[in-house]
Amino acid sequence: MNAPFTIALVLDHSELLRQADAARERPVLPPAPAPARPRLGLDKPLRWGWTLGPLLLLLYWSVLSETGFLDPRVLPAPWVAVETAAELIRDGRLQENLAISAWRAAQGLGLGVLAGVSLALLSGLSLLGGYVIDGLVQLKRGIPVLALIPFMVLWFGVGETMKVGVIAVTVFVPIYLHTHSALRAIDLKQVELAETLGLSRAAFIRHVVLPGALPGLLLGLRFGVTAAWLALVVVEQLNATSGIGYMITLARNYAQTDVMLVGLVIYALLGLGSDALVRAVQERALGWRRTLGA
Amino acid sequence: MSPVVRIRDLTRRFTKKGVLDGVDLDIRAGEFVALLGRSGSGKSTLLRALAGLDHEAEGDGEIIVPRRLSVVFQDARLLPWKRVLDNVVLGLDGPDARERGAAALAEVELAGRERSWPYELSGGEQQRVALARSLVRRPELLLADEPFGALDALTRIRMHALLRRLSETHSPAVLLVTHDVAEAIALADRIVTLDAGRIVSDITVALPDEPAARRERFAALEAQLLGLLGVELDAGAIPYADKERITA
Repeated sequence: MNAPFTIALVLDHSELLRQADAARERPVLPPAPAPARPRLGLDKPLRWGWTLGPLLLLLYWSVLSETGFLDPRVLPAPWVAVETAAELIRDGRLQENLAISAWRAAQGLGLGVLAGVSLALLSGLSLLGGYVIDGLVQLKRGIPVLALIPFMVLWFGVGETMKVGVIAVTVFVPIYLHTHSALRAIDLKQVELAETLGLSRAAFIRHVVLPGALPGLLLGLRFGVTAAWLALVVVEQLNATSGIGYMITLARNYAQTDVMLVGLVIYALLGLGSDALVRAVQERALGWRRTLGA
Repeated sequence: MSPVVRIRDLTRRFTKKGVLDGVDLDIRAGEFVALLGRSGSGKSTLLRALAGLDHEAEGDGEIIVPRRLSVVFQDARLLPWKRVLDNVVLGLDGPDARERGAAALAEVELAGRERSWPYELSGGEQQRVALARSLVRRPELLLADEPFGALDALTRIRMHALLRRLSETHSPAVLLVTHDVAEAIALADRIVTLDAGRIVSDITVALPDEPAARRERFAALEAQLLGLLGVELDAGAIPYADKERITA
């Protein structure tokens, strides 16, 4: 870097000569064409690549059913599920129950996201908020939904409020955790920048905090969406008179394996579909990032 | 004319980046001052004190700075989730903010890149966006903390010319923190050297226009400043015509 210093450092000639000798003794390899380096990063992902795993499972299931390895009493074939679903749609039961379930999940998810993000902002941006809220969320994390439901019934009755409430308290935990940790990981340099630009607290939250925490929020949302469907199953199978969970419970009482299977498949598809939806949102909202996966 | 920056007996203790020990400094409107010093001499501490960024610093003293003050950091600090123009006008309001932002981008020769994402720009381009973001606020004082330290030598020479041109058109007072002696001489009207938290020299640059005299003055200043920074030049060493290589 600095010429005079370099010269001073290499004055010891004997060392230089020794190095030159050593270099001469090394076998000389002929020049070779530039090697094609194996790529360690990922290629551009295919549009529908993520469907491969589920499709393989479907194939496996079909092959087992067709060849008779899978007893229909244990698990009916995939096409039985399709036929039963078509039947349920014809008499209107499926779409009716699905609509009710979806509405419950959407309400719970909306409330959960709102609560999760607000609490994460409060606890992430103020010390006092953090002292109060963070510990409480960790307490809530330790309580399983199943243990919470009897109390929720006690407080809110068996109606819709209780069902939406259970979903919301299940959803808010992952949203809170991931938003909070992304928010706390925002680079201090960006905070300093906001200070020198004289941003107000509201502008700081809008332009720096929320976009900075968005990757975390969306990751939390992926967990949250799945958690919403899981909570829905629990509340609907425990006490409900409508919804997919109720449909499954009813089918179980009449030993209708095929209807139970349709319910199961519906849950799986809802989970997969909503996750794909969140991932699509992720891709659009985080277009500014350059990462291994994007 | 009264100074736009007035620092009296400024003291900062226990900071990670260096202490200040009774600094007095005035900067006049439109004056370009370079602040030289070794690592840990307190130059960044002084700049952060002026920028109001040293929340947890201990110390006292008087600092008066203009209200309209911009900071350029060593890294461009563009928000990666905002397009270039949105970064420039961040925190500005008023109906003509975007127009002014676009004009500032044109001034740093980035017209047409308004819709780019920061990651699509080179390091030099990002730093030019940061300059535009500072200038669009029409600062009376521009604080620059080693703004070209992370750039390659060729980009740095072009940035020097750009900064000189911009400071001539907008004539804010400038405080440029650097450890590059040649950069300081090439850009500043005045060079203040800081050592162990104290100002040890305050030199007016005044390069003559005539080329030979200019080179001579440049070399003399360089030797003097490097001496102040504790770098000894060998007798008979070529005066650093290759000025981009000199860092103290």
